[in-house]
Amino acid sequence: MTAPTLERPAETPAYAAHAHSWWRRTLLTPEIAVIAALVLVYAWSNANVANFDGPLTLYYLFLDTAPILLIALPMTLVIVTGEIDLSVASVVGLSSVAVGMLHHDAGLSIPAATVLAVLMGMAAGAVNGFLVAYVGLPSLAVTIGTLALYRGVAVGLLGTQAVTDFPQKWTDLAKERIADGSSYPVILIPFLLLLIGFAWLLHFTAFGRGVFEIGLNSEAAHFSGVNVELTKFWLFVLSGAVAAFAGVYYTLRYGSARGDNATGLELQVIAAVLLGGVSIFGGRGALHGVVAGVLLIGVISSAMRLENYTVNVINIVIGTLLVLSVMTTSLLGRVRSLAARARGGGLRPPGRPQPDATASASTPAPPSTEERHQA
Amino acid sequence: MNFRNRLSALAAVTLVAGLALSACGGDDSADDKASGGGGGGDGTYTFLPKNLGNAYFDTSDNAGKAAVEAFGGTYQEVGPDKASPDAQVPFINTAAQQGVSALIVSANDKEAICDALNEARDAGTKVVTFDSDVNPDCRDLFINQATADGIAKVEVDMIAEQIGDAGEVAILSASANATNQNAWIDVMKKDIADNHPNIKLVDVVYGDDDDQTSFDKTAALLQAHPDLKGIISPTTVGIAAAARYLSTSDAKGKVALTGLGTPNQMREYVKDGTVTEFALWNPGDLGTLAAYAAKALVDGDIKGDEGDTFTAGDLGDFTVDADHTVLLGEPFRYNADNIDDFDF
Repeated sequence: MTAPTLERPAETPAYAAHAHSWWRRTLLTPEIAVIAALVLVYAWSNANVANFDGPLTLYYLFLDTAPILLIALPMTLVIVTGEIDLSVASVVGLSSVAVGMLHHDAGLSIPAATVLAVLMGMAAGAVNGFLVAYVGLPSLAVTIGTLALYRGVAVGLLGTQAVTDFPQKWTDLAKERIADGSSYPVILIPFLLLLIGFAWLLHFTAFGRGVFEIGLNSEAAHFSGVNVELTKFWLFVLSGAVAAFAGVYYTLRYGSARGDNATGLELQVIAAVLLGGVSIFGGRGALHGVVAGVLLIGVISSAMRLENYTVNVINIVIGTLLVLSVMTTSLLGRVRSLAARARGGGLRPPGRPQPDATASASTPAPPSTEERHQA
Repeated sequence: MNFRNRLSALAAVTLVAGLALSACGGDDSADDKASGGGGGGDGTYTFLPKNLGNAYFDTSDNAGKAAVEAFGGTYQEVGPDKASPDAQVPFINTAAQQGVSALIVSANDKEAICDALNEARDAGTKVVTFDSDVNPDCRDLFINQATADGIAKVEVDMIAEQIGDAGEVAILSASANATNQNAWIDVMKKDIADNHPNIKLVDVVYGDDDDQTSFDKTAALLQAHPDLKGIISPTTVGIAAAARYLSTSDAKGKVALTGLGTPNQMREYVKDGTVTEFALWNPGDLGTLAAYAAKALVDGDIKGDEGDTFTAGDLGDFTVDADHTVLLGEPFRYNADNIDDFDF
């Protein structure tokens, strides 16, 4: 409902998205629902789950979810444009292997190896971006291909070995706390910087507005001056870069560079992004919801592990949650468009596409014909 | 207008309530379980296999469970759904948070879980590894199912006997990074080169301990090497998948298959003649020994140093060897004559 939309003239006060006070538009959103769920589940676990209130819970939670938090940022933007990047976990593996080999075989320092790994991630993302944006292939197909391709290269490069001789200084840094006894690891600092960067990019710039427009209607975006190809291209490059950075963190945190590191991570990232209220059809979503979605999954897993549930039960709960959240958003959109028709829908400017969340969250129903009748 | 926003409010509330309820519903039923001893009480022994749903670890963990219950401790089994290097870390962290007495682990990666194990040890948990080890400075004891030399030798001996000590052989392994697999393969290569000059190792392929992948790799092996005489698969998943492929193909009876397998998985292939003989230690004994070793550490009977001795129930007395290692014994050969004596 609050997705940034096209500028609307002030003389249409009856416009649905602006008909209510700002606080209603801010608070009654899927994002706030996820945040509320996070707070509730956290508070409930704190009170009821043995050992959940211990000092280690949050520390481990952040260490474990850090790669997902990082990659979810660019993934949000990619999904808002209506595309998807399934190759991120393979880029993590590739970057892990690259750091291991650059350090172990080429003798590079960790910072130098990190820079090269991130550049390689950008190149990997550029391949995705080029094929999707300029060749025009569907991102689902392209990134399933590169998922296998990058993983294959990663496993092929390092073969049967794992590089483990990283300097203690750097592996310790990956697990370092911000201050002694603090529950917050230092990896949160680069994450927060990236979060600010991506939030600014998505929610406060013309580029970000273009990202939403592409998700709502790529052609309309093109005709309103958004460079659709270039926007998509750069989003995939960003996705590759952040995934590669997450790969470096991953390698140092576990002290082990392997080709099969982070296998399957892409699904955890996408699940968290969708749980965070981003529409898989594109056009709606916000980063605060996504961050809450990642943490919600983390808190639920953590609490359930402490209660000795097996991973299968945890997966069932998280899977159900995801289906429920996607269903709620989608059903809601459908009910709304039906309701709008029942009321006559005359409050919208007739004959004009309505580029707001309702339209995109539901199936792309054609309200315009109906509306023209009514008008 | 109002209708629309009421709907969104309703949806938000429903979603939140749904989430909260689903969490409550799950956790309520667990409270009883946790109060039984999961919550950091004395004598909790947590088994962490490479992954859940693996028959091999089901056997060892069930035997471990019997042992733990026999000496009055509380048994738990947790684990990831796939054997990826980092997937065990959250479970080790959880054990550290719970302050369990002992953690009995089969490692997916030598290094990746090391720091997590040491954090658990700092919190007072004793760490025993079995089946697949970590770096020695990250655990108190390693229960070695057999030495690499012993396993490699029995597998090479078996394939040599079955193919007449001459011809092409290949190895179907688990994942490319599995610590134990690679150690065995290295010794096998050396043993073949030194003692079996007429046997040629033509390929090593990896089925990732996945049934379908192993099945496909077996098919590919036979296609790539038409003169193949034998396959060694030192993994229970691999040998079963390979046997399933061979039993339905033309190669049945022509290409020998041996390696490490479990009697229940291999029974039909031994009976239909696809497989003559395979080897394994008893994973049940391994789990039992690991449980008793953990108990000896928790009770302070041993420190895990070389020369320490302890009793493992019916298995008898064991002595800790160099590098804080306890050896279970020699691998056992299973064939048509004895396979019906075993059920695991």
